[in-house]
Amino acid sequence: MSEPLLDIRRLKKYFPIKSGLLNRTVGQVKAVDDISITIRPGETFGLVGESGSGKSTVGRTAIRLTDKTEGEVAFKGVDLYALPPQELRKLRPKLQLIFQDPYSSLNPRVRVGDAIGEALLEHGLASKDEVRDRVLDVLSLCGLSSYHIDRFPHEFSGGQRQRIGIARALVLNPELIVADEPVSALDVSIQAQIINLFRRLQETNGLTYLFISHDLSVVEHLCSRVGVMYLGSMAETASRDDLFREPLHPYTKALLSAVPIPIPKLKRERIVLKGDIPNPANPPSGCKFHTRCPFAVARCAEERPEFRHVGGERYVACHLV
Amino acid sequence: MRDLLTIENLRTHFFAPEGTIKAVDGVSLRVREGETVCIVGESGCGKSITALSVMGLAAGSSGKVVGGRIEFDGRNLLELDKNELRTLRGHEIAMIFQEPMSSLNPVLPVGEQIMEPLIEHLKLGKKAARARAIELIAQVGIARPEQIANAYPHELSGGMLQRIMIAAAISCSPKLLIADEPTTALDVTIQAQILDMLRRFKAESNMSILLITHDLGVVAEMADYVVVMYAGKVVEEGEVTELFSHPKHPYTKGLLRSKPILNHRQDELYAIPGQVPNPLELTVSCYFHDRCGQCMDVCRSREPRLREAGERHRVACWLYEEAVAYV
Repeated sequence: MSEPLLDIRRLKKYFPIKSGLLNRTVGQVKAVDDISITIRPGETFGLVGESGSGKSTVGRTAIRLTDKTEGEVAFKGVDLYALPPQELRKLRPKLQLIFQDPYSSLNPRVRVGDAIGEALLEHGLASKDEVRDRVLDVLSLCGLSSYHIDRFPHEFSGGQRQRIGIARALVLNPELIVADEPVSALDVSIQAQIINLFRRLQETNGLTYLFISHDLSVVEHLCSRVGVMYLGSMAETASRDDLFREPLHPYTKALLSAVPIPIPKLKRERIVLKGDIPNPANPPSGCKFHTRCPFAVARCAEERPEFRHVGGERYVACHLV
Repeated sequence: MRDLLTIENLRTHFFAPEGTIKAVDGVSLRVREGETVCIVGESGCGKSITALSVMGLAAGSSGKVVGGRIEFDGRNLLELDKNELRTLRGHEIAMIFQEPMSSLNPVLPVGEQIMEPLIEHLKLGKKAARARAIELIAQVGIARPEQIANAYPHELSGGMLQRIMIAAAISCSPKLLIADEPTTALDVTIQAQILDMLRRFKAESNMSILLITHDLGVVAEMADYVVVMYAGKVVEEGEVTELFSHPKHPYTKGLLRSKPILNHRQDELYAIPGQVPNPLELTVSCYFHDRCGQCMDVCRSREPRLREAGERHRVACWLYEEAVAYV
């Protein structure tokens, strides 16, 4: 097994809930509550979960875009949270983020070529004369044309904007890309184009992805290993083959059975969960999933299940497994 | 089965300073009693505007229904005046939207919003309406309905709000429910609950559903009949099993192939090249021609008509047109 590229250990990120006249902290939302993930070079780790599960917060804390509450994140053995600001800045180009909606992260008044090239200049990775060539290279790599370089963001369609978002990350020659729902806002036909682009770039540029998505069919298509989050905790991690062939955690089973499959009259077993995701500010006791779990027993409400190794590459947090 | 809704050659256009956008351009479809018809297509194909035209909600400052017929239960909706439409909407035809938060009044408890159509259309008294609203909230699977009736929209989750919208929509037992991307903003486990519920109500009350969605998975689960739209036109339609197993239009085929399917792995996804044409730059042609792998000369200069391509299966594509012409 190769050395991990990113090693997230027992990461916690709590957000304070403030209230009242004095703005006192009255509680905490445990957005990320003791999560460990190891990502190896060249792989795609898929992080799935429903809204409020904390998957985006994991993505942001994993590259130190926000502060952590507890835990460690090591990138190639270097603890990101122990680095002084100057050192972290030098590392930044290696750690890039791609968002769901690239339009809101592009300045409408800045030409696309400048938006892609600015980080190169900012980090001193290219001289002014080189920038244009580097940007042209990366544009063609992302399936855009050279004449796009002088256009403004509003002149592009959603799919093209996502290509710009990818180009912007790619131009810095990153090693790790955290992609947060990068295809969720796109139409099916465009989504397929971008998914293929992600895959091609991984092959040509040796990229490693932390791919955050709520869409299990996309994750199955793109990822080599998968983690399933629920209310800030990891329910299960496994290789893609294991997870999709034989999910162990009841939540993973329910999630998989809920994905609509485009085959009419398909007979399959469906686990319909009761109720909504509980309020993350006030999560259930014991196993956080017990309020919706069809198999819950008395113990699940009392005791928090340990996230434990169950053979191979599988880890599960469930009393019943 | 009797036809409940028949749309014939509907044209809804928008007039912008840059030119006319033919959002819906000659769309025909029908929904029979107790049937679920899905309109599927990508953003900008005109599926929502078709639905809004039925509700009489597409016309506004810049939009207008410029032609066609919309017949609902024997009446031409385009000839009804405002008051007649008002009595129809929420009573015989109800609609739910993608974003329940933006269709609910934020300063009114949700229970009162369900009571509104009951008082307006069924002429119930306030007390009876409230009792019925609480029943409806329980029916859509919400626990503690008395308490929830007093809650304001911001206190409820997206899934709960969509249930409230459905409770309000079915409150007057509509003959037709129009659902515009009702589960798109929801998580999959909640989506599964909502779709189950819609199927159950349909089965219990023989209500028809016109469901608008971009998700082929949802279509496969819900539809009896499917209408595929592209750039304001219907390109293919048919019974759901027939359409999914024997798609004819290259666009439909492409859509079906480009979606990753759980437990059906492939190395590279098929991707339809290019993108949807700019609605201001359309010329007489098959609008899909520049993305089509089987494009012929005729496709660039003439518009294909929607023709029979099997039992209850129609397609608008020159590949099939000739075959039909020579028969």
